[in-house]
Amino acid sequence: MKPPPFQYHTPETIEQVVSLLTSLENNRLLAGGQSLMPMLNMRYVMPDHIIDLNRVAGLSSITLAGSELVIGAMTRQRDIEFSREIESRCPVITEAIKYVGHRQTRNRGTIGGSLCHLDPSAELVTLCALHDATVSAVGPNGIRDIAFADFPVGYMTTALQPDECLTHIRIPLWPQSHGYGFVEFARRHGDFAIVSAAALLELDPTSTIKRVSIALGGVGYAPLRVREIETGLVGKKASSELWPEAAQACSKIQALEDVHASSSYRRRLAVAMARRALQAAGERALANSSRH
Amino acid sequence: MDQRRITVVVNGQQFAETVNVRTTLADFLRHQLRLTGTHLGCEHGVCGACTVLLDGRSVRSCLMLAVQADKHEIATVEGLAGSDGALHPLQQAFADHHGLQCGFCTPGMLTTLVEFLRDNPDPSELDVRIAISGNLCRCTGYQSIVTATLDAAKRMRAERTA
Repeated sequence: MKPPPFQYHTPETIEQVVSLLTSLENNRLLAGGQSLMPMLNMRYVMPDHIIDLNRVAGLSSITLAGSELVIGAMTRQRDIEFSREIESRCPVITEAIKYVGHRQTRNRGTIGGSLCHLDPSAELVTLCALHDATVSAVGPNGIRDIAFADFPVGYMTTALQPDECLTHIRIPLWPQSHGYGFVEFARRHGDFAIVSAAALLELDPTSTIKRVSIALGGVGYAPLRVREIETGLVGKKASSELWPEAAQACSKIQALEDVHASSSYRRRLAVAMARRALQAAGERALANSSRH
Repeated sequence: MDQRRITVVVNGQQFAETVNVRTTLADFLRHQLRLTGTHLGCEHGVCGACTVLLDGRSVRSCLMLAVQADKHEIATVEGLAGSDGALHPLQQAFADHHGLQCGFCTPGMLTTLVEFLRDNPDPSELDVRIAISGNLCRCTGYQSIVTATLDAAKRMRAERTA
């Protein structure tokens, strides 16, 4: 249970990171280390080179830029959890991030690390899918923007090239009056979610649903946007009777099967989690629209 | 073997040491600085026994390399009591309420809760349970740890207003 031998590199600029990625064989980027370090300790990975991103300048920031929230890849999950700006403009992140690991792992863990690790049940991955986020990566040919829908390409595998490094995540903001909900089912607090659901809901002044986004985590290698719910709800009047019926669409999804749960159990959980997320989003949207 | 020279402040004392880059912070504290109060249970970030404070934030020292602690400040369980040996209010409450039996998880519980009580001086029972959700204890069933923490919070609030 000790890391294997490796060469250690501490670049200070993103250009140095890219040049190390290009020149070193069998390398691994070390961000917050909350997934890579266990994998090193258990020797699931045996890199020859560790490129530590913790001393690279300019990768840790939370900025509201127009209608977007821009988060640097090395921003600690804890700083996201306690960001006032995120809480006021994108509260679903504040609600969901409390489920990411534990206090001690959020103190080190980063958003970029979580996205690149791409665990099927990772909350931050689900949130990026929910928001149609865009991620920016830097490689030898400069900056490349990747729509989050194209980011996961397989089980724990991203669209990043071996010589690319994630630098920023751009999250489009919803109108201030939107409703949101995030729920997940895990055996214990802080455990990997078996199924999670996140929902955003926007109403017009007559409480008619204008836009919905709903994403499920833990059901496949990548988060699943349930388009049937999203298109089916638009144009309907928001009410508490609507959500259980809409959530039934999740009973038809493809769900993975593993040691934690069978696929049929995951489907049942997906229906329940989707219902609760929509319910929370609906209640909040209705409360917000009556206030505005 | 790749090695680096690092300087760290541990419990207020400065150390300049040479470390193998693959040595975890936990092994560095235990084997090189001989601060064996930090315990290692699982060595993959699940049990929480190795929790220390890095610049005041609780972190798992098995999930960090010692070389990454260069120029940072670390507090371990050894640093909680005063220089006169007087226990930290949280340690005293653990002793008073049987917050430990075998004591293996205790260093991680204490370091985690020191940070937690600093940020949340008046927590609910549920808050405390969530705060220690990343620390495994196989003896106490957590009940006495939660009781001790709530009592410590009360004592620390009284101390602050006194």
